[in-house]
Amino acid sequence: MVPAVNVTFAPAGFASASRAPAEHAPAGPGLTETPADQVLAGGQVLAQEAAAGIGIYLPLVLLIVLAAGFGVFSVLLGPLVGPSRYNKAKTAAYECGIEPSPQPVAGAGRMPVAYYVTAMLFILFDIEMVFLFPYAIAADALGLWGLGAVALFIATFFIADFYVWRRGGLDWN
Amino acid sequence: MNPFLAQQMQTVEAPGIDWGAILPMVIVFGAACVGVLIEAFVPKHQRWSGQVVLTLGSIAAAGIALGAYVSGRPEHGVVTMGTTLSIDTPALFLWGTLLALSVAAVLMIADRSVEPGGSFVAQAGIAPGTVQDRAQVQSTGMQTEVFPLALFALGGMMAFTAANDLLTMFIALEVLSLPLYLMCGLARRRRLLSQEAAVKYFLLGAFASAFFLYGLALLYGYAGSVKLADIATAAAGTDRSDTLLFAGLGLLMVGLLFKGSVGPFHTWTPDVYQGAPTPVTAFMAACTKVAAFGGILRVLTVAFEATSWEWRGVMWAVAIISMAIGAVLGLTQTDLKRMIAYSSIAHAGFLLIGTMALTDEGLSGTLFYLLAYGFTTLAAFGVISLVRDSTGEATHLSAWAGLAKRSPLLAGVFTFLLLALAGIPLTSGFVGKFVVFSAALSDGMAPLVVIALVFSAVAAFFYLRVVVLMYFSEPASDGPTVSVPGAFTTASIALGVIVTLLLGLLPTFALDWAGAGGFALGG
Amino acid sequence: MIASSWLLVAFPALGALVLLVGGKRTNSWGHLLGCATVAASFVYALALFASESLSQAVDTTLWSWIPVEALQVDFGLRIDPLSMTFVLLITGVGALIHVYSIGYMSDDRDRRRFFAYLNLFVASMLILVLGNSFVMLYLGWEGVGLASYLLIGWYTDRPAAATAAKKAFLMNRVGDVGLAIAIFLMFKHIGSTSYEAVFAGIGDVSPGVVTAVALLLLLGACGKSGQFPLQAWLPDAMEGPTPVSALIHAATMVTAGVYLIARGAPIYNLTEDGRLVVALVGAFTLLLGSIIGCAYDDIKKVLAYSTVSQIGYMMLAVGLGPFGYALAIAHLLTHGFFKAGLFLGAGSVMHAMNDEVDMRKFGGLAKKLPITAVTFGLGYLAIIGFPFLSGFFTKDAIIEAAFGQEGWRGWVLGGSALLAAGITGFYMTRLMLLTFFGKERWRETTSADGREFHPHESPPTMTAPMIVLSIGSVAAGGLLIGGDTLAEFLSPSVGALQESHHGVLPHALIPWLTVLVSGLGVLGAWALFGRRTEGSTYTAVERPERVAWPVRAARKDLYGNALNEALVATPGMWLTRSAVFLDNRGVDGAVNGLAAAFGGGSGRLRRMQTGFVRSYALSMLGGSFLIVGALLLVRFG
Repeated sequence: MVPAVNVTFAPAGFASASRAPAEHAPAGPGLTETPADQVLAGGQVLAQEAAAGIGIYLPLVLLIVLAAGFGVFSVLLGPLVGPSRYNKAKTAAYECGIEPSPQPVAGAGRMPVAYYVTAMLFILFDIEMVFLFPYAIAADALGLWGLGAVALFIATFFIADFYVWRRGGLDWN
Repeated sequence: MNPFLAQQMQTVEAPGIDWGAILPMVIVFGAACVGVLIEAFVPKHQRWSGQVVLTLGSIAAAGIALGAYVSGRPEHGVVTMGTTLSIDTPALFLWGTLLALSVAAVLMIADRSVEPGGSFVAQAGIAPGTVQDRAQVQSTGMQTEVFPLALFALGGMMAFTAANDLLTMFIALEVLSLPLYLMCGLARRRRLLSQEAAVKYFLLGAFASAFFLYGLALLYGYAGSVKLADIATAAAGTDRSDTLLFAGLGLLMVGLLFKGSVGPFHTWTPDVYQGAPTPVTAFMAACTKVAAFGGILRVLTVAFEATSWEWRGVMWAVAIISMAIGAVLGLTQTDLKRMIAYSSIAHAGFLLIGTMALTDEGLSGTLFYLLAYGFTTLAAFGVISLVRDSTGEATHLSAWAGLAKRSPLLAGVFTFLLLALAGIPLTSGFVGKFVVFSAALSDGMAPLVVIALVFSAVAAFFYLRVVVLMYFSEPASDGPTVSVPGAFTTASIALGVIVTLLLGLLPTFALDWAGAGGFALGG
Repeated sequence: MIASSWLLVAFPALGALVLLVGGKRTNSWGHLLGCATVAASFVYALALFASESLSQAVDTTLWSWIPVEALQVDFGLRIDPLSMTFVLLITGVGALIHVYSIGYMSDDRDRRRFFAYLNLFVASMLILVLGNSFVMLYLGWEGVGLASYLLIGWYTDRPAAATAAKKAFLMNRVGDVGLAIAIFLMFKHIGSTSYEAVFAGIGDVSPGVVTAVALLLLLGACGKSGQFPLQAWLPDAMEGPTPVSALIHAATMVTAGVYLIARGAPIYNLTEDGRLVVALVGAFTLLLGSIIGCAYDDIKKVLAYSTVSQIGYMMLAVGLGPFGYALAIAHLLTHGFFKAGLFLGAGSVMHAMNDEVDMRKFGGLAKKLPITAVTFGLGYLAIIGFPFLSGFFTKDAIIEAAFGQEGWRGWVLGGSALLAAGITGFYMTRLMLLTFFGKERWRETTSADGREFHPHESPPTMTAPMIVLSIGSVAAGGLLIGGDTLAEFLSPSVGALQESHHGVLPHALIPWLTVLVSGLGVLGAWALFGRRTEGSTYTAVERPERVAWPVRAARKDLYGNALNEALVATPGMWLTRSAVFLDNRGVDGAVNGLAAAFGGGSGRLRRMQTGFVRSYALSMLGGSFLIVGALLLVRFG
C-alpha cells in the first residue's frame, strides 16, 4: 500500500514541477500560502537542486525498494523463524478464533455484518490519521486558525463515532 | 527532504470567510450533524418528532438567513473560503430553489399516514424475503436517519452549486451523492427492488465520479490549477496542447451529465426512480436535477466560455439524444414512476439547451426552468404516492384506469401537473420552455429549438395517455384505492401545485430574480 | 370602456372556476350561472361595439407576463374590428348554445361540469381572439384545444369518444408545433411577438423567412381548422355532445385557423407563395370534405364533413389575400349561424330519436318535428346557396373572387369552389330528404339499444335558439355583404377589400352559374333519394355494402386516416419500436457479443447476462468515448 501511494503521487508532483519555473519565476522561491502550494513548491526546489537528470528519482526509488523490502521481510519472517504447528482453528477462513457464522453455503453465504462495521471504522480512523499527519507537520505555520479548523474536524468526526457507539456498532454481538 | 521542513517556519494566513454569505449552508450542515446526535442519544420513540422539527426548522432558518443576506448582497457576488466558494446571484437563486424544494420533499419524507409508519423501512439491514423481513413490514417504526441524510445531501447540493473550483465541486458531488445512494435502499415495500436501485445507483455513480475525477486531473494538467477562472484564463491564451483541455472537459461533463440524468448517461434513472422510496425519488428528481444543472451552468459559463465553439456541437448531439430517448422511450412505459423518469430525461435535454446558450437570457431561463420543473415533478411524485393497493403504491398504469371516477380531485391535480410537464400555457412548464427556447434562439440555435419543439410534442403523447386512462377508461374492479393524504403530503402537493400555477401566471418575480446577475468570477 | 375589456374574458373564466371548484354544491344553479356569464360577456361586447368607434386597434396591457431581457410578453388585449367581430360571434352563438344545452343535457348527471367546460372554452376562445400578441393567441389556442379535448371525450363510457378525444388532441399538437415554431421565428427575426411590433417589423425580414412563417402558421391553422392533411380528427370529434359539435366544431373553434391567417394578413400580404399554398389547401379541402360528405349515413358526420368543406371555402378566401380576407370572415359569420343551427337541429332530431344518428333509420320526421324541420330547412337553404339567403351572398362572393384570379389559378380555385357548391347541394339535399321526408322508416326498426322510436318535438329551451339561429341564417348574409358593410368595418384590421377586374369569367355570370350548379346537385339528390321507389337501395334501412369504388373511397374518408397513418403514425411507431429494441436488446446484446468474443465459454456468457448494471456502465463508457472523441475531432479534425 505504501509504495503504491508514492508511485502515484510522484509523477503528479513532478509534472507540475517541470512547468513550475515558467510560472513562478517572477515570484521568487514561490512560497505561497496554502499547503497545496507548498507541496508544489517543494517539488520545484527539488527539481532545482538536482538540476536535470535521473538523479531526482533516487529518493523515490530508494523508498520503493525500502517498502518492498519491508513487505517481503515481514511475510518471510514468520514462516522462517516461527514454529509450524497447524491445527483446525488456524486453517479456518478467518484465523482470529471466531467461527464464521452462518457458515458459507456454496458461495452464497453471508459474512456477519460486524466485520464490515469494523472494517469501516478502521477506514474512518485511518483517514483521520491521514488528515492529522500533515496538520501536525505544519501546525506552527497554521497557527490558531489551523488549530480551530482541526478541532472542528475532530469534533465532527466524533459525531459519527458517537452514533456508532450508541447504536451498538462497537459491540461484537 | 530538507526543503519541505525548511518552509514550515512561514506562517500561513487564514483564508477570509464571509460568514453571512455561507450561513445558510452552515446551518444545514450543522443541523445534519445535530440530527446524527439525535439518532445517537434520543430515545427511539422521540426521534421522529425531534428530527422533523429539527429538519424543517433548520431549512426554514437557512431560508431566513438566505433572505437576510440576499437583501443586502453585493451586486457581483463574493468569493469566499479562500477561493473555493462563489456566492453570486445564480448560486443564491439555486440555494433558494433547493431550500424551497427540500421543504416539500422533507414533508413527503415525514408523512406517516399514507403508509402506516412512513415510506421508509424500520430496519434496512435485514435481508429481503427472510422471516424477519416479513415481520418488520407490520412494524410502524422507520429509519429516522433519513432526515440527517437528506440534510447532508441538501448541504452537498448547496456547496455544489456554489463551488468555484473543481476539487470543491468534486467533494460536494460526493457529499450530495453518498446519502442519496443510501436513501434509495430504504423503501418499506418492495425491498429487493429498492436495494437493487441503491446498488445500481451507487455503482454507476462511482463510475461517473471516476470520470469526473479523471477529467479534473487532465484539466489540472492543462491549466496547472483546478480553479474555474484559471482554467478559463489558460484556455483563452496558451499554446499548450488542447488535447488535455478537451479530453478533460469531455470526461468532466460525463460526470456532471450523469448526475443530471442526461442521455446517454441516463441509464440509471428509470431503475432508480422506480425502486427508491417515492419521497426520495421526488427529492432526487427535483433537487439533484437543480444541483447538477447549477454545476453544469457554472462550469460551462465560467471555465469554458472561450471554447464554446468547439464543444457546442457535441452538446447539441447530447441534448438531442437526451430528448429523443426521454420522449420516445417514455411512450412505451407501463410504470408511472419509470414514465416520469423518462420525462425527466427529456426535460434534461431541454435544460441542456438553455445551459448551452451562454447568455444572460440562457442563464435566467435555465434557472427558472429548474425552479418550475422541480416543483411540478415533486408534486407529481407526491400524487403517485397516494394511489395504493394492498402491496403498496400501485404504479402500474393499468391500476390508474378510471381514477377520475373514484377520486376526481386527485385526477384533476395530476392532470394539471402532467399538463405542466407537457408545457401547456398558464402552467410554469410553458413559461419555462418559452424562456429557455427563446434564449437558445437568440443565441443562434434555431434548428435545435425546432427539434426540441418536435420532441416536446412527442412527449405530450405519453402525458396525455395517462390523462386518457384516468378519465376515459373503466376502473378495474379490484383497482387501487386512493389514500387520504396526511397533512404533510397534502401540504407538499399543494405547495407544488400552487407554485406551478403561480409561475405560470405571474413568473415575473422569479424571472426578475433569476436574471439579476451573472456568475462571480473571483480569483 | 375598452380599458376594462378584460371583463369579457373574466366572466366566463369566473364561471368555469366557480363551477369547477364549487363541485356538487352548485349542481342546482350551475347551468344558469354558465349561461349568465356568457350572456354577460355578450351584453358587454354589444355595449362596447355600440359605444366605441373601433376605427383603429386599441391595445390594453393587463400585466407583464414573461419579462426577460429582450423578451417581453405582456398579458394584453387588442380591441379592433376583427377581434370584436369574433367576440360577438363567440359570445352570441355561445350564449344561444348554452341555453340550448340546458334542455339537451337535462338528463346528464354531470350537467354542471359540462357548463364549466363550456365556460372554460368560451374564456379560452376569447383570449385567442382578443390577445394582442402571438403568445397570447397561443395561450388561447392551447386552452380551446384542452376544452375541446375534455368535451369530445364527454361520454366517458364510450371507447370511441376517448379515441376521438385523443386523436383530436394529438393532431392538434402537430399543428401546434408549427404555430410554436412560427412564433419563435418571429421572435428571432423581429425580437417581439406582439402584433404591433411583428406587423411593423415583418417588412424588414427576408422573404424566405416570411414564407416560412406563413407556411408554419398555415400548419397550425390546418390542425385547428381540420384542413388537409390534418382534417381527420374533426369528423371523429362528433363523438362529443351535439351542443359541443355546434359551438366548438362548427361555429367557433374550428374557424380559429381562419382567424389566425386573417390576423396575420400583414405577413401573408408579403408572400404570394404562402397565400397560394393557403388557397390551394383550402380548395383541395373543400372538394375533399364535400365528396366524403356524400358517403356517410351518420347525420353528424355528414355535417362535420360539410364543416370541413365550408372552412375550406374560408381558407381559399383568405388565401386570396386582400381580395378575400373580408369575404372569408363574412362566410365565417354566416356559416357560424347556419351550421350551428343545423347542428342544433340534428341534436333535436337525435333527442327525439333515442340519440340515433343513422339517417337511414329516419324519414318523414317533418310531421313529427315541425319546428326543427323548418329551422333546419332554412339552414339547409342557406348552406346550399339558395338565392338571397346567407350562404348565397357569402359563398358566391368567394367563388367570384376565386374566378377573379388570373390564369390557371382562376380556373383551378374557382372551378373547385364551383364544383363543390354543386356537391354541397347534393349531399345536403340527401340529408334533408332522408331525415325529414319520404317513408317513415323508423317505424320498421329500433335503435341500437332495442327501444322503439317515439319522435317528439324538443322543449322550448332547445327550439328557441334554433329559431334565433335560423333567422341569422336567412338574414345575415345580405346584411354583411350588401353595401360591403363588413368589408368596410374590417378594413382597419385586414385592409380594404379589393376587387379583381380581370378574372377568367365575367362577374355577372358567376351567381347564375353557382345557382345552376347547386340546383343540379339538388336535382340529382332528389332523383336518387326523393322519389318513393320501393326497394331502392339508396333509401334502404340497411346500408348497401356492394358499392362502386368512389363510394368505397369516400366512406373511408378518401384515405385521410391512412395518409396520416403512413406519414406520422407509422414512422413514429417504427422509431419507438427500434428505440425500445435498442434499449432492451442493443446494449445488452453488445455486452453479450463482447463477452462471447472475449470470453468464449457459455458459463461466462450467462454470468454477463445477469448483470444489467454492467450494460448500463458500458453504455456510459460508450457515451464517454463518443463525447471525448467528438470534442477532440471538432478541435483537431
